[in-house]
Amino acid sequence: MTHYLMSVHGAAERNEFGDYGSKEEMEQAFADTGAFNERLQQQGYWVFAGGLQPAGTATVVDGRGDSPVITDGPYLESKEYIGGFWVIDAPDLDVALKLAAEGSKACRGVVEVRPFDGLA
Amino acid sequence: MTPVVEEVAQRPSRDPGRAAVERVFREEHGRLVAALVRRFGDLDLAEDMAAEALVVALERWPADGVPPNPGGWLTTTAARRGIDRIRRERQRDAKHQAAAMIEDDTPPEPTGPVEDDRLRLIFTCCHPALAPEARVALTLRMLGGLTVPDIARAFLVRETTMGQRISRAKAKIKAAGIPFRVPSAEDLPERVSAVLAVIYLVFNEGYLAGAGDDPVSRDLTDEAIRLCRQLRELLPDDGEVIGLLALMLLIDARRAARVSASGELVTLEEQDRGGWDRDLIAAGHALVRERINAVARTGERPGPYQLMAAINAVHTDAPSVRDTDWSQVVALYDQLYAVQPTPVVALNRAVAVAELDGPAVALALVDHPAIAVPLEGYHAWHATRADLLRRLGRGAEAAREYDAAIAATDNSAERAHLGRRRDQLVIA
Repeated sequence: MTHYLMSVHGAAERNEFGDYGSKEEMEQAFADTGAFNERLQQQGYWVFAGGLQPAGTATVVDGRGDSPVITDGPYLESKEYIGGFWVIDAPDLDVALKLAAEGSKACRGVVEVRPFDGLA
Repeated sequence: MTPVVEEVAQRPSRDPGRAAVERVFREEHGRLVAALVRRFGDLDLAEDMAAEALVVALERWPADGVPPNPGGWLTTTAARRGIDRIRRERQRDAKHQAAAMIEDDTPPEPTGPVEDDRLRLIFTCCHPALAPEARVALTLRMLGGLTVPDIARAFLVRETTMGQRISRAKAKIKAAGIPFRVPSAEDLPERVSAVLAVIYLVFNEGYLAGAGDDPVSRDLTDEAIRLCRQLRELLPDDGEVIGLLALMLLIDARRAARVSASGELVTLEEQDRGGWDRDLIAAGHALVRERINAVARTGERPGPYQLMAAINAVHTDAPSVRDTDWSQVVALYDQLYAVQPTPVVALNRAVAVAELDGPAVALALVDHPAIAVPLEGYHAWHATRADLLRRLGRGAEAAREYDAAIAATDNSAERAHLGRRRDQLVIA
């Protein structure tokens, strides 16, 4: 079994309905994502998941020097940022890609799948 | 691979005994590496052990003779060395998980209808999570047994670049957990089509790049045909696998006539049809007929490779361009466009329309924005326009189009042909 990070990428700019076109679409996406999360748990793939506040709320800390340098984030300027993620435990990449496709459909975002080099 | 093994394994063959061993090794490479990957679950280890088995074979076979079952011999020799290596590593690092692998003589996971390690391996090498150029390189390396320098030469990239491309792909397979498994029935059509795309890419690279009998490009077309034949053994009922095999045989049949002795591309119209390989054409036609019957029986909709094979069957059936059944060709292009609505298919259809309805009708199609906008700058689009304009007696415009076509291609055979055509025009 391998752990995979499935991160959801979406536009930096969010409107009052998040990344979604309308209130109904947003509510439907939340409902679909909730159902997908439940399936992950039932089928034993679930490790952890969460949605993130907009990238504008991020703060960058560089603690490599004598005293930490703190700057208003995000770290990389981009038109698209990670809006949320799942951590799953799956037997191989084919299973992970299948789950990512379901997750992407549910949350209406593009999903990047990346294997962990071990979990602490 | 250790430097010594790599050096021995990749040294060019001079003596005939060595060449014979290498031929068997190439022939068995896919099966050998696939069996080792299944056993050890690791592409790098499998490749190293295969190379070591080759070194042993090169020592023994010239003296003792080639064993009756060379593939089995190579697999046993390589597997023994793999176990030895894991034992050594286990003693050194106390890697206990490796112990399970040594004792593991459980039969492989069932692959479904066909039990073949090569089938698992080709699906791994052509996995959609790998970049297309990495799929091609990995397939040629692991299944075709081509060396990294050979593959680099064929694709005109530096050896180090090709080496990195292959290692990166292998590292991703390992880290991301790309499985060594035949996809489930629901995913199979899509995954087979990814494998066929890789095989066709290998074929085209060899066919289009090669002027005449350049050995590297010959290798690629032969390898593509060999891989497709293997795939057909493994998936005998897949119509597109048969379609691609037929298509490649029918194209390859015309290889000798396609480039002139002076290195110039010869168009279908001007080709010496007596120089076409009749055996390949017969084999290709038999496969096309097999599919026509199957489609008639099952009502299955033929995919793009079957349709392209059928088009090539019509061409190779005709004694000359004039005697070609162009209405049949256009009808097949209509079907092809229905399943693969790309501007390139539309362009090829227009070429056939020119034979049926004349160059003016075809030119109107070629100049339609749906074709002209996406294909502007594509050499075949300019070459087609040039030819149609020439046939319509519009010499000055034709000359400009020939120039645009020449500027858009690096292929020397093609440039020679287009240059001669342009120079034949009389421009007032």
